[in-house]
Amino acid sequence: MITVKNISKSFNGTQVLKDISFGFEKGKTNLIIGKSGSGKSVLTKCIVGLFEPDEGEIFYDNRDFLALKSKEKKDLRKEMGMLFQGSALFDSLSVEENVAFPLRMFTNMLEDEILERVNFCLNRVNILNKNNLYPSELSGGMQKRVAIARAISLQPKYLFCDEPNSGLDPVTAIVIDELIKEITDEYKMTTIVITHDMNSVLEIGDNILFIDNGIKKWEGSKNEILNVKVQELHDFVYVSKFLQNIKPK
Amino acid sequence: MIKNFGKYILMLYYIFHKPEKFGVYFKRLSHEVIELGVKSLFIVSIMSAFMGAVLVIQTATAIESAWIPDYTVGFTVKQSMLLEFCPTIISLILAGKVGSSIASELGSMKVTEQIDALEVMGVNSIGYLIGPKILGSLFIFPIVITYSMFFGFMGGGLVCYFTEIIPVNQYILGIRSFSEDNFTFIRYALTKTVVFAFLITSISSYFGYYLKGGSLAVGKASTNAVVYSSIFILFANYILTQLMLI
Repeated sequence: MITVKNISKSFNGTQVLKDISFGFEKGKTNLIIGKSGSGKSVLTKCIVGLFEPDEGEIFYDNRDFLALKSKEKKDLRKEMGMLFQGSALFDSLSVEENVAFPLRMFTNMLEDEILERVNFCLNRVNILNKNNLYPSELSGGMQKRVAIARAISLQPKYLFCDEPNSGLDPVTAIVIDELIKEITDEYKMTTIVITHDMNSVLEIGDNILFIDNGIKKWEGSKNEILNVKVQELHDFVYVSKFLQNIKPK
Repeated sequence: MIKNFGKYILMLYYIFHKPEKFGVYFKRLSHEVIELGVKSLFIVSIMSAFMGAVLVIQTATAIESAWIPDYTVGFTVKQSMLLEFCPTIISLILAGKVGSSIASELGSMKVTEQIDALEVMGVNSIGYLIGPKILGSLFIFPIVITYSMFFGFMGGGLVCYFTEIIPVNQYILGIRSFSEDNFTFIRYALTKTVVFAFLITSISSYFGYYLKGGSLAVGKASTNAVVYSSIFILFANYILTQLMLI
């Protein structure tokens, strides 16, 4: 479980996050949703330590992340996996080398064991016989799946996904969503997904945090989101005509 | 200005943190030696050979006098190549080739969040990406410059052979004359090269790693890397010459 308490963050005098508190539950797909520029990515970058919040606390299963020493933070980071918006695969490495990278860097596994683990992770995300291709030779959906394979190669406890289905066609987007959900259930991970895609919200949103202009406006689950009374969230959810038509009376 | 200098010093500090795994870093170091040095040999050999050739023609034309022996041309070419042309001019060319490549590589990695990915994994991204570049260049650039000196002399020799502007044996005699100071000159040239290698890779890495913005900023970082590396090379050249040759 990851808990954030009273997180605030400013950039050059502009407050991007204001006093956000939330609990991201273990074994669930936790979603951070909101419009572009609402502070979703900044919150996630604060949680993974890419930004340091101005105020607040972050707990990884009762470990105070901001109070940890550099070495302890590094050890904790080995328990994290992250899927970036643009996949962030290393261009100069092949698919196999990308997935093997964390294993080579942080474990003392033998090459045979590394290869076995890499193949297991690639099979898990349905990437077959693509080990020697480079990221530029893969489609967007495949890149995302390889990035998921890399993120899970060290069997992380915490998985972060920054807009995992942006730039993908609706079919591939659902495949990626389902994959994230399956992996979360299978490995009992604490998964945090940033998204503004309502399909994803309704598909995998076990536990949802809605942010508007850096302020937490609502929390709940996919079952509650369609009946919500908060105006900002209502406007966010029912922006499309299709959803307006199926809106519960 | 002071803020940038502080960030540059901090970057250098992070390079010397203990690597997560020596084997992975060593593999990266070998890769950088090939990328920065071995892949520059072609352009360096072409440039050096033509510099040597042109120097022979210019020197021979400038000192056409019965009072000055022909081997002076060879001696002048040797001194010019050893002291200035190979270490400084070739380093300036490497600043253009290697510097822009480093800045654009790191800049692209920054824009596509590959550097963030390394940080989230717990990898010291500066140590992993920049450390091997600096160490690799400190190792390979002196070899490249020595190679450049050889090709410079060869270029001059070929001009003498084909144009007979001076006899080849006189050119070789000039190259070999007053050799007692050769060690001092080579040491001076290679010391300069090591300093220039450090400046090129560290300054270019700084501009790439701390890039802000999108793909347009990558081009700007690349240009800044070449401009600032060149300025600092020329500045360091003056300081080192003052310190080592006077």
